[in-house]
Parts: sequence; structure tokens; C-alpha cells
Amino acid sequence: MDKIIEVRHLRKTFGANEVLRDINFSGSKGEVVCIIGASGSGKSTLLRCLNLLEYPTSGEILYHGQNILEHNMTNAVYRTKLGMVFQQFNLFNNLTVLDNCVVGQVKVLRKDVASAKKTAMEYLELVGMSQFINAKPHQISGGQKQRVAIARALAMEPEALLFDEPTSALDPELVGEVLKVMKNLAQSGLTMLVVTHEMGFAREVANRVMFMDSGVIVEDDVPEVIFNNPGNERTRAFLKRILEK
Amino acid sequence: MPADNSFLPWVIFIFERYWPLFLRGAVNTLIISLTGTIIGFFIGVVIGVIRTIPVEHNTGVLTKLGYKILNFLLLCYIEVFRGTPMIVQAMVIFYGAAMIFNLHLSPLFAGIFIVSINTGAYMSEIVRGGILSVDKGQFEAAHSIGMTHSQTMAHIVLPQAIRNILPATSNEFVINIKDTSVLNVISVTELFFMSKSAAGNNFRYFEVFLITCIIYFVMTFTVTRILRYFEVLLDGPSVYTIHGSQTVPEAEIRIVGRE
Repeated sequence: MDKIIEVRHLRKTFGANEVLRDINFSGSKGEVVCIIGASGSGKSTLLRCLNLLEYPTSGEILYHGQNILEHNMTNAVYRTKLGMVFQQFNLFNNLTVLDNCVVGQVKVLRKDVASAKKTAMEYLELVGMSQFINAKPHQISGGQKQRVAIARALAMEPEALLFDEPTSALDPELVGEVLKVMKNLAQSGLTMLVVTHEMGFAREVANRVMFMDSGVIVEDDVPEVIFNNPGNERTRAFLKRILEK
Repeated sequence: MPADNSFLPWVIFIFERYWPLFLRGAVNTLIISLTGTIIGFFIGVVIGVIRTIPVEHNTGVLTKLGYKILNFLLLCYIEVFRGTPMIVQAMVIFYGAAMIFNLHLSPLFAGIFIVSINTGAYMSEIVRGGILSVDKGQFEAAHSIGMTHSQTMAHIVLPQAIRNILPATSNEFVINIKDTSVLNVISVTELFFMSKSAAGNNFRYFEVFLITCIIYFVMTFTVTRILRYFEVLLDGPSVYTIHGSQTVPEAEIRIVGRE
């Protein structure tokens, strides 16, 4: 399989606090990988390290076999290859829904405005937000914002999308619409790395589930094994806690 | 001299006789404060942007050093011009330029120069605050789609920061309209200077300065209204149209906008 990304011995410390210790995994084309684990286990930091929003303390991140920490590729070019969807949506507040999806294509990919708008419309249609292109972010709901954020990331036509707890900031009744969009994307063959607390989504959609605890990947397996027959005591304890809720 | 030597006839007499003087003074005051505020605003944006450049993990040592030195110089500028009265700066610059550089500035030019760099010092900090107040998530989202720091600044952060600092900017403008009066010490023919000569000619201080007071107020009040309107314009419509709705082509969704 074509490995898009491979992480070797990744460490990240904030001062004396070691958030990630010796992370190793890889993600291949078309895979949907869910990362689960308790708050503070390092899931989000790992995702943020992957597109260099946090700079790793040590280790390697290989993108198609090339170590991106060695500066042979600028951060900007690399980042366009990995889209990111944030917990807090982070739509550009000064731009309309459409311009949110256009600005990156025009300024970063140097596309002309007309074709950028066309691409943006396609993806906004895909997430069911094409009616709202004239709205500003503060005029739409959380679920709608997150769908626009997904369209914005897709409009850059990245090789993979990183989701950082995309439904954690949403009202419970809005979670469904976002998960539905993500499920469709997964089925269409998009490579996704999803940090989530939605166990139902992980079980149903993921090809692989990684369980993280105190900065290490404790278990990395197909969802059937992780959820039905976890090999590690910590995984079992976490799942027991979260599924009992 | 008016026929009746009481208060109101004096006011009317002075206004009728000296209105061209008041007008010239008011125009000069507006020219100096408007130009000074605009130039100061741009100085502030440039310095504010420079002072918020992040130091990255891969920034070279020399770049870092150069940036530190630049930052220090800018800080000196800000502290000196915020920390001394404009009236004193006016004296030092106007007479200093003449003595040290043999440069005889016209009072109007000197006035605009002084107000600009003075406003620039304040605006630098206002802009910096505006940039820092923009949510960190906006930077991260822009970076995550591959925008560089300068692209992020130009297209995402500055538009939001500038919108947020407009009230503070109109504050600066109003302060400038009033504070240009101190430029009379270098004989800039602004409103206060003109009023002083009108008053001195007739020994009628209260009547003259009452008129002056009203003119100042009308100017500042008009300016604040115009800038407030400008803010509303920048905020855009509080209503957006549904795109391509087939049932109701003109459908509008009304959202009570957050102020």
C-alpha cells in the first residue's frame, strides 16, 4: 500500500511535560484511522504535530518517504497536502462561506477566482452548504460551520484530512449532520485521520483504531479487535469507562 | 464694535467679522488631524505587523538578531513619543530641525509631521493589541491550508484586527482634532491659534472661545458619526440571501446580528 505518512519515534515536550513519547505509526492511501483515548493523552497534539502547528521535539515525519522536518519542503507546501478540520471550526470570520473556501485556492494554489469558486461550490454542495455561500460564519450554526470547514479543507484537494475532535464543540443534535458528511467522505475513499470521542463512528467507519494513553499509542488494530477484544488492559479500562456513560 | 456692548451682540459681531479666520483655522485643524491620523494609522499598521512577527523554530540566528534590534528601535520610538507631551515634541522638532539641520519647516508641514509620528506611536500599540485579540484559531486555520504568515496577516487577520480597532482609531482622530491646538506654539494657523488672534484683537476671550468651542465640538461629533457609519458599512449586511433557492428566489434569512 502507498504510505502517505509515516511517523517514527515522534516526541513532543512542553517544558518538562512530555506529551508525546515515541510515537510510531503510518497511514496509507484510502485509510480511515481513528485515534481514541482519554483527554490529555496526546491525541490532539499528535495531530497538530502532523501538520506542524506544533513543532515536534524529536523524531521523524515522513511524507511519501521524505522527512519533512529536514526543511527540504516548505511548511506551506506540505500543509496544503494535509487538510485540517478543527474542533472550534476556525472559519475565517471576515469572509463569507464561499470566500472561506476560495481564499486558499487563490492565494496558495494560485488558481484563478472563477475556477476556485467552481471547486468551492462543488465541495460546498457535497457537504450540503451550497445554499449558504453568502452567509458570514457568525450567521450559521455550529454544525453548518463544521461542514463549511470540511469543504474549505477539501477545496484545497489535499491527500488526506486530519480531523481534530470535529464534533466535540457541537450541540448533541448537530453532531449527526457532521458525522454523516464524514461518513460519506470515508466511503468515497478519502484518507482520513480522525481524533474522536464518537465510538460509534470509529467502530463503524474506521479501518483502524489507535488507542492512545499518556503520550503513547497503546494499541493499533482493526475496530473489531479494539472494541470487542482489546489486547491491552488500559484500552479495556478506557472503553469500559466511556461506553458505560 | 457692536452697537450694544452686551454678550450676544459681541458673539454675533465676532462671528460675522472673523468667520473667514475661524473657517481657515478649522480647515487647517481638519487637514492636520485627518492627514496625521491617516499617516499615523499606516505607521501603526506597519509597526504593529512587524512587532507581531512570530519567531519560528527554524528562524536563523541572524534574522532573529536583526528582528530583535528592529523591535528594540521600534519600542524606543513608541515609548519616547508616548512618554513626552506633543507640545514639547513640537518645540523640539520644529526648532531642532532649524538649529541642527538648518531645516526651516513650514509650520503646517511640521504640524502634520508631529501629529503623524505621535499618532503612529499610539496606533502601533493599538494595532498590536488588535492583532493579538484575533483568535489563535484564525492563524492556525490559515496555516493549515498552506498560507504563509504574511498571507494570513493580509487576508485574514488584519481585516479582522482593523475592524476591531476602528473605535480606538476614531478615538485617536478625535483626540487629534483637539490636540492640534497645542501646535499654536509653533505658530501653526489652526483653529486655536486663529481664535487667539481674534480674541486678542478685541480683548473678548469668552465670546471668541465659546464660538471656538462650538466649532471643535461640531467637528469631533461629525467625525465620530462618520466613522461609526463606516464601521456599520464594514460589518456588511446583517441579512444574507439564500443561494439558488428554487421555491423562494428572493428568500432572505434574517439573523439578528451580534454587535
